[in-house]
Amino acid sequence: MIHVSTTVNGDAHELLCDPRETLLDALRDRLELTGAKEGCGTGDCGACTVLLDGRPVCSCLVLAAEAEGHEVRTVEGIADGEELHPLQRKFIEHAALQCGICTPGILVAAKALLERNPDPSETEVRYWLAGNLCRCTGYDKIIRAVLDAAGEMREAT
Amino acid sequence: MRYHTPSSFEDASAIAAAATGVTRFLAGGTDVLVQLRSDLVTPDDLIDIKRIAGVRDITRRDDGGWRIGAAASGVELAEHEALIAEWPGVVEALELIGSTQIQARCTLVGNLCNGSPAADSVPAMIAAGATVNVVSPEGAREIAVEDVPTGPGMTSLGPGEVVSAVNLPPRGEGGGDAYLRFIPRTEMDIAVVGAGVNLVREGETITAARVALGAVAPTVLLVEEARAALVGSTLDDSALAALAKAAEAACRPISDKRGTVEFRTHVAGVLTRRAAKIAYGRAGA
Repeated sequence: MIHVSTTVNGDAHELLCDPRETLLDALRDRLELTGAKEGCGTGDCGACTVLLDGRPVCSCLVLAAEAEGHEVRTVEGIADGEELHPLQRKFIEHAALQCGICTPGILVAAKALLERNPDPSETEVRYWLAGNLCRCTGYDKIIRAVLDAAGEMREAT
Repeated sequence: MRYHTPSSFEDASAIAAAATGVTRFLAGGTDVLVQLRSDLVTPDDLIDIKRIAGVRDITRRDDGGWRIGAAASGVELAEHEALIAEWPGVVEALELIGSTQIQARCTLVGNLCNGSPAADSVPAMIAAGATVNVVSPEGAREIAVEDVPTGPGMTSLGPGEVVSAVNLPPRGEGGGDAYLRFIPRTEMDIAVVGAGVNLVREGETITAARVALGAVAPTVLLVEEARAALVGSTLDDSALAALAKAAEAACRPISDKRGTVEFRTHVAGVLTRRAAKIAYGRAGA
């Protein structure tokens, strides 16, 4: 087993992990942060997206051991206590989900986009989220929710 | 599986040289960890190079070129304005790989050492005249990128050899490069054909060129006849026709679900022509 010291959603954690254990499995099974989902397990679907040092990655393609000394953020860290993030509210408002498996990964990836680019075009949103697959919505409602949230966040600042 | 985190490439090389089982180096993991998770390759020794100092750095070389550390990710190249200004083709080729999430992890060196004939960044690196630094128990050496792949999934690197960085030559005056690939959609797919072109102009005339093709042979190809078609020309219609013909003639593709031999060969000519036009425009800008 490997000892891993890492920060998740601002909290320091010490973990003992198998060398083959993914960051996704460590988050879900050891820290009980089950927001990130395993879809494909091979980096194609984006359901397991988390931020590693501020950048979206597929946590199924990161070893837990690689998180040593790095900062991880998950969907659980997006809301401010009981208050949903504008992206989360807009996803509900626009019904931008059905089964919800892809939603945590899309929220994490979309938030990272809006932090870099507060005013993305529809094309930019679609390309940024190309690695987040959704079998339910046909994507249109997701894109509209992200653009609407971006607009609201721009007005608020 | 033993997970190693050496603090130098010499240590990484020594661990690999002493290993007796399946050994892999880990940078971004976008191939190695996919193979691990799919039970295709389960390393006995996995050597994570990311704790080596400077392994993600992109630095100007004394000769005016660039040194790109083996773990520098796609997004780190894509955010490097000075590098993009000089080698847009290399950066755009790496940027074509995978999604936003993959871009945070994928590397030039991983793309090269995975040995895929369809690797997007490899034709661009070969066209650029890039080299790699190889560290081995016998010492360090620098080899051309085109000398690394030897077949699908295979490289010329021996046990204990590890690539520490990619070197791009000085851009100089009047240079431009470009990379284009064909996929049946706009994003998130593997190249059916890839074409990298790098050239130097003096006025309207091309004085030097390198052309490389991906996904049309067991390894990425450096096409000498395509260079010959470009050099001395002003990229007029007859030069473009000769270039396309040279690219098509170099192709030795397979037919698979992504494309037939005939389709790949035709597209190789088309993409090489288009990439040459982009590179020529950039060189004149």
